[in-house]
Parts: sequence; C-alpha cells; structure tokens
Amino acid sequence: MDLFEYQGKQLLARYGVPVSAGEAVFTVDDAVAAAEGLGYPVVVKAQVQVGGRGKAGGIKLAANADEVRVHAANILGLDIKGHVVGTLWIEQATDIAQEYYASFTLDRAAKLHLGMLSAQGGVGIEEVAARAPEAIARLHVDPVDGLSEDQCRAWVDAVALPEEAREGTVQTLMKLYRAYVEGDADLVEINPLVLTTDGRIHALDAKVTLDGNAVFRHPDYEQYDATQERDARERAAHERGLQYVGLEGFVGVIANGAGLAMSTVDVVNEVGGKPANFLDIGGGANAEVMAGALEVINNDPDVRSILINIFGGITKGEEVANGIVQALERVTIDAPIVIRLDGTNADQGRAILEPHRSEWLQMEPTMLDAARKAVALAEGIKK
Amino acid sequence: MSIFVDEHTKVVYQGLTGGQGSFYGPLNRDYGTQVVAGTNPKKAGTDVAGIPVFASVADAVAETGANASCIFIPAAGVRAAVLEAAEAGIPFIVCITEGVPMHDEAWFYNKLRRDFPSVRLLGPNCPGIISPGQCNIGITAGHIAKPGGPVGIVSRSGTLTYQALYELKQRDIGVTTCVGIGGDPVPGTSFIDCLEAFEADPETKAVMMIGEIGGSAEEEAAAFIDAKMTKPVVAYIAGVTAPPGKKMGHAGAIVSGGKGTAAAKIEALREAGAVVGMNPTAAGELMVEVVAGLK
Repeated sequence: MDLFEYQGKQLLARYGVPVSAGEAVFTVDDAVAAAEGLGYPVVVKAQVQVGGRGKAGGIKLAANADEVRVHAANILGLDIKGHVVGTLWIEQATDIAQEYYASFTLDRAAKLHLGMLSAQGGVGIEEVAARAPEAIARLHVDPVDGLSEDQCRAWVDAVALPEEAREGTVQTLMKLYRAYVEGDADLVEINPLVLTTDGRIHALDAKVTLDGNAVFRHPDYEQYDATQERDARERAAHERGLQYVGLEGFVGVIANGAGLAMSTVDVVNEVGGKPANFLDIGGGANAEVMAGALEVINNDPDVRSILINIFGGITKGEEVANGIVQALERVTIDAPIVIRLDGTNADQGRAILEPHRSEWLQMEPTMLDAARKAVALAEGIKK
Repeated sequence: MSIFVDEHTKVVYQGLTGGQGSFYGPLNRDYGTQVVAGTNPKKAGTDVAGIPVFASVADAVAETGANASCIFIPAAGVRAAVLEAAEAGIPFIVCITEGVPMHDEAWFYNKLRRDFPSVRLLGPNCPGIISPGQCNIGITAGHIAKPGGPVGIVSRSGTLTYQALYELKQRDIGVTTCVGIGGDPVPGTSFIDCLEAFEADPETKAVMMIGEIGGSAEEEAAAFIDAKMTKPVVAYIAGVTAPPGKKMGHAGAIVSGGKGTAAAKIEALREAGAVVGMNPTAAGELMVEVVAGLK
C-alpha cells in the first residue's frame, strides 16, 4: 500500500520522526483555513503517488492567504504524469540549509534490511546512484539484531554531513528504522531529509509503502485502502477480492495462479494481441469467483474477447467447468470467450462445457491455440 | 533419487486441524507420504482422518520421529510456528501459508540462518515439494507427476509448476523432485539451493527452472549455472510483457526501475548456457529435446 506524503508523515511522526505541522485538505477554502491556522509562510503541496511534483508545479510557497488561494486553485485538479491532484497538504514552511536522503527497505538479494543515506538529497536517488554511487552510504541491518545506535553512528560518520547535523541524523534514523519495522513498511524514504537553518534535522517529504500482509497487526491501516489509487476496473476487482492489474489492450485474461496469469498475458502478446488485464482468480475457480472475474472483465469497454486459462490441479476439471457454466448463467457477457482447460480431469470438464459451445464460447486445447483464437476473435470485432 | 525429501521423510502438519491442513494432510498421506502427526495445543489426543494430533511439534517429534514439518498456520502465527519447528529439531520446514508479512519472513530467515544453520525452510507462500511416488508435502496434485527421473524442477510459481509437471508426464518424462520455492520477497530456499542439490543428485540429469519477473534470484541462479552446473537447464520466465511498477499477484513479481525484468533474466540465463523457452509449452518441448539427447 503506497501512502500519500501526508499519510506517510503522520505515520512517521508517530515514531517521533520530526515533520512539519500541516493539514490535508480537498478544497481551496479549506486550504486557506488550514494556512491561517498554521501561520505563514506555508507550502501548498500536491498529494500524488508519483515523483516530480515540484517540476510539474505541484509544490508552491505561499506568504499569505491570497497566495494560498491562487496556488491551491491551480494545483487542485492538476494532472501530474496521469495522476490528478485531489488532495493538498498545507504545511508550515521550513528554512533549509542542506538536503539529505535517507531510506530503509529490504535487500532481497542479501535477505537483510538495507539503509541508504546520502548527503546529496533532494533529487532522484537513482540519479545519485548512477552518477556518484560512492555518495550513498549503504548499511545492512540484520532483522534479528535490529539497528544499534553504535552501528547507526558509524553509518552517519561515513557520510559527509556537517558536525551540527550528525546527532540529529542519528536520532532520526533510529526512529525511522523503528517506523520501518514496527510499522511493517516495505519502504520508508525521506527525500529530502533537511538540516534547517537553525540546526534541526527534519523530514521534508515522506514516501512510505506499507505491507498489505501486515494489516492484521495494524487495524488502522484499513483507512489507507480507501485512498489507494486504482482505476475503475481495479477498484471493481479489488471489491471482489481478485488479483487484478489493468493493462491497455483488448483481450480480457482470466487465469488461475499468478504465474499462469502472467504467462497468459505474455502468450497473448506473443501471438500479436494486446491483453486488457492480468487477473488471477486463485486456485479454486468456483462459480462465485469466476462470475466476479467475468463481471470485472465485461465492464471493461476495451475488451473484445475473453481468454479463460485454467489448469486444474487439486481443483478438478469438472468443478472448474461447472463454475464457468454457472457463472455464465449469472453474468451476461458481451464478448466471445475462449476457454483453455487442462490438467486434472480436463476431459470431463470439456465434456461439461461441450453443450454450451457456440460462436460465443469456444474451446482450444493449448494455451497458444487459445491465445491465437482469442486474438483472432478480437480482431474480428473492432469496437 | 530425490532432493530434500524421500520415502523415509516423516511429516508433522502444523495446522492439521484447520481447513487447509485437514484437507491436504490426509490427501498427502493417501498419496503415500508419511504424514505421521499434526499439532494443535487445544486438540492434543484427537486425530484428523487417523493422523494423531499433538500439543506441540516437540511432542510430535518425540512420539513419531517426525523429521519434516508442513505449515498451514494462518499468516499471523507463522513466525512462531517456524521457530517452534526449528526448536523441536525439525531439519526441513515447508511453509505453504501465503500473506506472511515481509518483516516476519526477514526475521525468521535470519534467525534460522544464525541459530539453526542446518534447518532448511521452503517457502512461505509456496506449493511445497513433491518427489513423485515417494513424498508429497503441500498442495500439488500428486497424480499430475510421473515418478522417476531424469528431470528436476524448481519454480517460483505454483500453477506454472503444475503445468510443467503435467506437460512432462504427458510426454512420459519422469521427475525426481519438484520444488516450489514460492513467490515471496524472502524465500527460505532459493533457486541456487535447489540447483546445487539437483547437480549433486545422480538421478537428476536435467533441470527445469521456472522464474518470474522481479528481484534478482534468476540472475543469481544464472551465475551459479554458469559457474557450477554440468547438467542441462531449461528455463522459462513469466512476465516478459509485464508493465513496470505493477505488482502481479505474487509479492515478488514486480519490476522496478528496469531491474528484475524478464529480458534481463532471460539474457543472463542464456549467457550461462541455459535453454530458455518463451512460453511454458515451448519450455516443455525444449525439455523433451534435452531428455532425448541424454539417452
């Protein structure tokens, strides 16, 4: 779950990471009211889950109510790389002396936590990594030991920070690590982490990705589910508990298992088609789940044909076939369907589907054949 | 022969009394696996389809000599379950449970690495392991695999693994062992662990490896294949056309910043001498050619 800056800051603040006082608002009037309460100058910041907000005009300093009004009106509704701004974060302005970078995430290759710290913050860390990799101090942290203060101090010493910034940085990193572990985050990133002109260390931005698997430990994380950026199709799939990713094409894809679904998307591309989505219905493939999947796909106006690719393992072919038949009784589908059913009792499954065969419901023996058929059908139906 | 498990493996099911455990435990037993025990602190002394339930893994080990465990415990309890199995002296732990938090996985992976270095963990979020005809631990349908050899399979994906087993069976090719390492960010057993074991197993003559986008596990496996493998490897990587930044079902399958792309993985594997099929069927056909060449 990706958080907006304001959500990330509020979360980090719970662990003592210093952030600016601020307020999240959705209207120009509320932006002005928030600024009046905070005291000028304030910064008006677009809340989008994409980098490059500043360059796109999504971050503005405001010295008085009129400026807040102008900037808030300009930024609300602004399209930043396809993300339309609906929320503003109004915060007290900070006098910046220097900008640093700090983050914690998992190093999957080392299977240890990885802290990254750089005195060159404020720009994309990827750029710094490419241009001057030595400017990033990396620290592996064993999850069993956690981060010790001595370890943290030595890490900070490896970075060219001025003396006055060191202690504050050590204390902030200790808190950031706590937020990362105790908050069950996949990523916590502060860019920039700033040294203020009056010598304080302060988080001026926050990028936090929470682990959706850990919600059972953090019931309050449910609130973030509502603010996840999803398109209409993804929202519909999410409501039905389906693993769905919207793509740009015209062949709707339904498969059981993430690997098989990914593979199906690949094969549709391989035979010259364009998949409309990735949809994994999981192992069971019962009528309920299949009907939900068909509904989601059918509501996608770009879909011109549907490819159902099921491999029966423990779930037998006849159960899968019955699920499809029942689902089709419940949902009216506007696009022709091609089914590839293989694995356990596939023959029995195909026999169940046989009487339902028509122009609108076809069967093919292999994944490749089914993909070719689905693409050919889609091409015959230009919407 | 097989790797990690064989007909002597005695398995205790942690979570045998739950919905999944009570389904797959007896199913694995009926396949021929020695499913000797289950655990549930509140139901000690009862049984599930004739499989005795003990209060703890330690009790199960003492009473039955179990030397492997299979975890079907809900995600919140997995961290404690893995530790319990290791402390009870279980050398091989298979964790089927999906949805385990990343921080728990990172913690118990490193806890085992440090305090229980001889323990092998498989998973979490994996289909398990099957040595056809000998032992089936997890959720793989046993009848889709042909016993024997000469092929060993290691895979990050469940249904693609079944697909591979099934295609090989239809072509009358046997499998020594099929290991599903799972798609999570911190898998207990890696591709390299399995490749190393297959290289050492005299019955395994060729290896099929099924990878996915995301992370660098396939690239690391390619380096191992290049340096250490004498046996032929046929590979398939799912997610060739996946868009960057999108999570494709498995927590691990996400492409970020140009890293972990299928193209990079395929290139690394080809450079290491592996044969790469562009779809599962093509990989199956390539394996048929490889096996024909072995004789």
